[in-house]
Amino acid sequence: MPIITYRDALNQALREEMHRDDRVFLMGEEVGVYNGAYKVSKGLLEEFGEMRVVDTPITELGFTGVGVGSAMVGLRPVIEFMTWNFALLAIDQIVNAAAKMLYMSGGQFPMPMVFRGPNGAALQLSAQHSQAWESWLAHIPGLKVVTPGTPYDAKGLLKSAIRDDNPVIVLEAEMLYNTKGEVPDEDYVIPLGKAELKREGDHCSIITSGKMALVAMQAADQMAKEGIRIDVVDLRTIRPMDVDAITASVRKTNRAVVLEEGWEVCGIGAQVVDYIQRDCFDHLDAPVLRVHQADVPMPYAKAIEKAAKPDVAKTIAAVNKVMYR
Amino acid sequence: MASKKKSDADAALHKELLHSMILQRRFEEKVAEAYALGKIGGFCHLYIGQEAVSTGILSLLRDDDYVLTTYRDHGQAIVRGMSPRSVMAELFGRIDGCSRGKGGSMHLFDRHVNFLGGHGIVGAHVPMATGVGFAIKYRGGDQVCICFMGEAAVNNGAFHESLNMAGLWRLPVVYVIENNRYGMGTAVDRASSIKDMYKRGDTYSIANAVVDGQDVFAVRDAAQEAIDRARKDYAPTLLEVRTYRFMGHSMSDAASGTYRTKDELEEYRKRDPITLLERRMLADKTLSKSDVAGMEAEIAATVQDSWDFAENSPEPPLEALYEDVYVETTT
Repeated sequence: MPIITYRDALNQALREEMHRDDRVFLMGEEVGVYNGAYKVSKGLLEEFGEMRVVDTPITELGFTGVGVGSAMVGLRPVIEFMTWNFALLAIDQIVNAAAKMLYMSGGQFPMPMVFRGPNGAALQLSAQHSQAWESWLAHIPGLKVVTPGTPYDAKGLLKSAIRDDNPVIVLEAEMLYNTKGEVPDEDYVIPLGKAELKREGDHCSIITSGKMALVAMQAADQMAKEGIRIDVVDLRTIRPMDVDAITASVRKTNRAVVLEEGWEVCGIGAQVVDYIQRDCFDHLDAPVLRVHQADVPMPYAKAIEKAAKPDVAKTIAAVNKVMYR
Repeated sequence: MASKKKSDADAALHKELLHSMILQRRFEEKVAEAYALGKIGGFCHLYIGQEAVSTGILSLLRDDDYVLTTYRDHGQAIVRGMSPRSVMAELFGRIDGCSRGKGGSMHLFDRHVNFLGGHGIVGAHVPMATGVGFAIKYRGGDQVCICFMGEAAVNNGAFHESLNMAGLWRLPVVYVIENNRYGMGTAVDRASSIKDMYKRGDTYSIANAVVDGQDVFAVRDAAQEAIDRARKDYAPTLLEVRTYRFMGHSMSDAASGTYRTKDELEEYRKRDPITLLERRMLADKTLSKSDVAGMEAEIAATVQDSWDFAENSPEPPLEALYEDVYVETTT
């Protein structure tokens, strides 16, 4: 199977879906002539022309609304944000329009559209460019939220997102674009709402998603050397969340650590822990612990930035704690 | 003979326009009555005083054109061809409402007549209308999208971002500013650094015009030009229509006394768009007093029928609560 980057996997997904359905178009800043701020859309302008690969002014609210309007009349826009931090300028269109149009029209206007771009921290981008928005977005009924963590997942989930008739948020990551993995050349999709057990173990579960799945896998590798077997559940979709996958794992291991990139308060981990306490109360041998970003805006300086981020060491420490080691 | 035919056709058209405007007026009066009785809840914004705008513009559209508007949407919905029954039932929160009781006054939708809402966030539907224009051009169609907004929306970013793109990409959208002089309770000259709203079109190389919104013929003339421009040349227009609402902003404020005087209101009432048209038609003898009486009686019956229909329609069943959050994907 070919080994390609996460960025190229996304590019394949876009290209294949644009060939498959001429209602699909890509719109955002620098997606065309520049080939994408992170080169995800490389070559697409040349292949599909400027009506289908649309460079916009720097106007997130405006072009997101253009996407919403075009979806109301049957097109299938893929709206790229250069980073999800910029999407805050467009949050009205995502939350008040895309997420609600079907409901407030009594089922008349589905919103078959995708909002995608890098989410979370990269390196030393400081406070305004390092935020993980999963919990904000997953809070909203009407949206689906996916967080691909590998090239394989990136292609399969983006293709599903584009084919879905609902608004789907795709949270990519700058730190993932260069990562490599096996990705089939042929057409495949990964169903939304399905977690993947990325590693099997029976001592402790790590429930995580997206970029943090890599951290969880590294932590699990290190712990394996000490004979600790970790079950790594990559949620892949945050909304709708695969609760069965969570509870199946925790019932097996009786211990859990929830690892997420964002902040603690009202984070995704809080929701996961709620599912666990409801469905696995009698199975737990220890309180569930959470690993997350420090409760501060992201700083610039290297050492304190590192201290703010969830990482392998913090994850291992949490696992040790729930295992009373 | 030819001119006789033309004048007959004109007379028929003028009657249709008058009928359309009176229907909106009587419908809204009935809505006020229902609101006072608690049959309608939530926010409710009446269109009384602005009927020549909706009638003038929407009477020029084809069936396959598109309309987006604000939360002051009852009149436009009806003129666009939604049945008074489905609108009233929506206001009553009933299952036979156009949005199945999920939207209410501010969110009227009907895909069968390309009425794309009914939007509650000031200015937010302006980019959406721009997107509809984009989709028309994407498909190489010759439809037009009409986007109604209040004059207060032109101070917000969504408006400017949209006009920039519409000007840049040449999109077939007619942006209609219904300047009723007040954004809720704030007079236009207390909110906008520019008093002539239409001039904002110049900033974005968009054709623009201003027109008397109480004169349905003037509205039609200006709108026809804009619609032609969109249909033939994929070119947007910013059309300012100067009008006035005779009621409060919503059901919770008085028509006058707080932010505008009774004298001012009375002055504007002298230019009631319905009275102006009636007077003109009576003068040129294309309308008789008995025509008016007949029309009023027929409209009263229609409006009462919409009330009866709404009252007899069931509330949405509890299982409807969880419907329409997501649609099942079929593609």
